[in-house]
Amino acid sequence: MTDKIDTQRKLTNKERMKISRHAMPEQDPLERAKNFFEVPLGYTPELAIEEAERCIQCKNPKCIEGCPVNVKIPQFIFHVAMGNFELAAQTLKETNALPAVCGRVCPQEEQCEIVCNISAKVEPVAIGRLERFVADWERASRKISIPSLAPPTGRKIAVIGAGPAGLTCAGDLAKLGHTVTIFEALHKPGGVLVYGIPEFRLPKQIVEAEVHYLEKMGVQIQCDFVVGMTRTIDELMNEDGFDAVFIGTGAGLPYFMGIPGENLNGVYSANEFLTRMNLMKGFEFPNHADTPVPMAKHFAVIGGGNTAMDAARTARRLPWAEKVYIVYRRSHIEMPARKEEIHHGEEEGIEFLLLTNPTRFLGDNGWLVAMECQKMELGEPDASGRRKPIPIAGSEFVLSVEAAIVATGNGSNPLINKTTPGLAANKYGNIIADETGKTSREGVWAGGDIVIGAATVIKAMGAGKKAAAAMHEYVMAKK
Amino acid sequence: MNNVKGFPHNQGVHVFPIIEKNDLAAKVYRYIIKAPNIVKKAKAGQFVILRLYEDGERIPITLADWDEARGTITLYVQAVGKTTIMMSMMKAGDSLMDVVGPFGVPSHVEKGKTFVALGGGFGIAAIHPIVRAHRVIGNRTISIIGARSKELLIMENEMRAVSDDVRIATDDGSYGTKGFVTTILKSMLEKNEPIDVVLAIGPVVMMKAVSDLTKPYGVQTLVSLNPIMMDGTGMCGACRVVVGNKMQFACVDGPEFNGHDVDFELLTARQKMYSPQEKISLEIFEKICQTQEQRETAAW
Ligand SMILES: Cc1cc2nc3c(=O)[nH]c(=O)nc-3n(C[C@H](O)[C@H](O)[C@H](O)COP(=O)(O)OP(=O)(O)OC[C@H]3O[C@@H](n4cnc5c(N)ncnc54)[C@H](O)[C@@H]3O)c2cc1C
Ligand SMILES: Cc1cc2nc3c(=O)[nH]c(=O)nc-3n(C[C@H](O)[C@H](O)[C@H](O)COP(=O)(O)OP(=O)(O)OC[C@H]3O[C@@H](n4cnc5c(N)ncnc54)[C@H](O)[C@@H]3O)c2cc1C
Ligand code: SF4
Ligand code: SF4
Ligand code: FES
Repeated sequence: MTDKIDTQRKLTNKERMKISRHAMPEQDPLERAKNFFEVPLGYTPELAIEEAERCIQCKNPKCIEGCPVNVKIPQFIFHVAMGNFELAAQTLKETNALPAVCGRVCPQEEQCEIVCNISAKVEPVAIGRLERFVADWERASRKISIPSLAPPTGRKIAVIGAGPAGLTCAGDLAKLGHTVTIFEALHKPGGVLVYGIPEFRLPKQIVEAEVHYLEKMGVQIQCDFVVGMTRTIDELMNEDGFDAVFIGTGAGLPYFMGIPGENLNGVYSANEFLTRMNLMKGFEFPNHADTPVPMAKHFAVIGGGNTAMDAARTARRLPWAEKVYIVYRRSHIEMPARKEEIHHGEEEGIEFLLLTNPTRFLGDNGWLVAMECQKMELGEPDASGRRKPIPIAGSEFVLSVEAAIVATGNGSNPLINKTTPGLAANKYGNIIADETGKTSREGVWAGGDIVIGAATVIKAMGAGKKAAAAMHEYVMAKK
Repeated sequence: MNNVKGFPHNQGVHVFPIIEKNDLAAKVYRYIIKAPNIVKKAKAGQFVILRLYEDGERIPITLADWDEARGTITLYVQAVGKTTIMMSMMKAGDSLMDVVGPFGVPSHVEKGKTFVALGGGFGIAAIHPIVRAHRVIGNRTISIIGARSKELLIMENEMRAVSDDVRIATDDGSYGTKGFVTTILKSMLEKNEPIDVVLAIGPVVMMKAVSDLTKPYGVQTLVSLNPIMMDGTGMCGACRVVVGNKMQFACVDGPEFNGHDVDFELLTARQKMYSPQEKISLEIFEKICQTQEQRETAAW
């Protein structure tokens, strides 16, 4: 964009790069380990403006390419630097329907921020934190503008799954004038944003606000509707008059490890534990919610990804939890979770047992009492490019835990594949789709985790967006 | 009244009104609920998951019947813990917050079989549509139902309407054969009465007893498993059971399985997963609603 920098404070690039990156104020670790309130508190307007001033408004802004939905980063940051938050919000929303979510949960350090030009010399601009600030400011100011909608096209589109992929796809299609219905299996829309990611990382009120925004645009959301059971895709298309369908059903199949004792009481999938805690508000059991949660004193969470970190930090917050371990078979640097989350977990007192792998669960009378583990060492890189963990003979030890949460990954839920003849899937059950999301079935698109396997919120949104554009062309060409 | 604070929330878009409610014996209640989306696809052997109010639990309940014309489903619910007791206090005109489904693989119904179904407690409601489905295609259907005593027996007339033969057992002998439903099945097997398929739905002990009984006779035996569930779509794994040494998710792979392959011991253990918490939950609830009068006003 502009080569001339025109902020309120006239600063040279050198001066901009002298300003150091602003941290976000956070809740104290000891305090927050006892509550479910959000950990980072967000920038103040002053902090946001100063952080925005660090952006040198590059002629060739690499940051945009780093973002899967190509947010116009320099433009929105420019508006922040000028103190014009409303314009900043509008700029963000042009390409990103869920900025309050992405600003919080995007792995910015590997997407937009890693390629920020100034990062060669100093720390990158805190793009995610600015995005979050702008979206929060917009929500708090109640200046949320509904985009102008194209005139009704008379075309009906069904979106399956109200996760980030489905919500984005539905929003874009509604803007284009189509009649859109989202069908969601659970009783609340949001997908992983409501059942997986915990309150202290993404307050549910934010997801609700984003969903409400879609509803204001005319998107119908039908919860308690399981496509494949309540209705099949063929019925939606042949009997209910939907011209096209988008499948955004996510990666909703928990993997277990296949080791002895896995069915003992006290062994949970991360999906079960997180759904109980988040969607069902189990952390308020028994006084304000009816869904029970594990009453254990010692928790082990197995895995090293975002899901494992979320499960561990959630368990940490249960008033009766005395010890929470992360048990991960590789070392610190191989952990797929975001660095920030690992750091937060460490601060909150989670114990990391690295290079450690469970070999069996030990029970007493049907209940988990301990986990036998084995120490590992790292060998040559495997197919994933990470060094392969190899068990060290004779290194077994026993860890006393009454709850173990298995967070070793999710596969794709077969419900839609089983009930939709002719829909091609790969051997892992992921639906096969081209880069616009088009599947082997006429009029059916798919995107998000169901296509690429467990990935990120922003990638799912990107897929929803691409599919919406292609579906628009398709339904408009249809007679 | 903190524990029931969410109750009047039932005003959202997805509200499922109770059209009719009846108080049957043995803390079993019959509900007719408007749920037009579910009726369209309901098949014998399937279940729904429901939630009473905003802060409530999701609980699985079998589809006992449905009416296409009225768009209603019929459920029989036994009041055993907080959620089901709370539901027992609801009246016609009240609404459930969520009803979703139908879930589970429908019962396999094949022509040319002599079909014997055993039901205990709410299991009688669960066998009802399956027996009917067999009857409709012309199979010979024998229903064996039981209760502790005569006054506690439910659905006798409904079962007579869909069965060629109904046999009754009561523990105290006040009606029909004295003993359990298995007592009747045992004598049928011993007398070599023709039986192609046996289906048992009820408490785990009963399903296990039936499976043990038929095994030496090599009679195909189906049981409908009732582990703790949450989503019903195969997403959480809470409902995992072991059948033929393989982990299965009862909500999507079942709930019906071959009784001879089921690890009943594991199922019994896993049903107790949340027993201490369920107890706490119920105690708090009962403290809040000490008198029946208070209950009425507290709930609604
Ligand atoms: C615990 C956890 C933490 C994570 N943390 C992060 C993070 O910090 N940053 C990040 O970028 N990513 C994170 N991820 C990954 C990210 O959440 C997912 O990649 C993203 O949500 C995928 O979006 P989606 O729309 O494809 O699917 P989902 O979010 O899974 O949504 C799918 C929706 O479809 C519904 N559905 C499924 N089947 C049916 C059906 N048959 N009929 C109707 N509805 C159906 C589901 O109920 C669900 O609501 C995390 C994931 C987990 C599990
Ligand atoms: C596929 C399926 C179909 C079912 N159909 C019916 C039915 O038609 N009518 C009926 O009355 N009940 C049925 N049940 C059982 C019913 O779901 C439970 O009784 C109910 O969830 C108990 O909830 P609560 O809060 O009232 O009791 P809780 O306080 O949760 O528990 C009380 C007792 O019920 C057991 N229990 C708790 N949750 C479940 C559960 N999800 N499944 C099985 N047992 C549980 C506990 O072990 C405990 O002993 C079915 C269960 C399944 C899995
Ligand atoms: S959406 Fe995510 S990747 Fe894109 S700019 Fe925002 S934080 Fe960065
Ligand atoms: S690359 Fe960095 S400095 Fe350059 S425009 Fe983007 S955010 Fe600003
Ligand atoms: S109830 Fe969650 S997988 Fe079956």
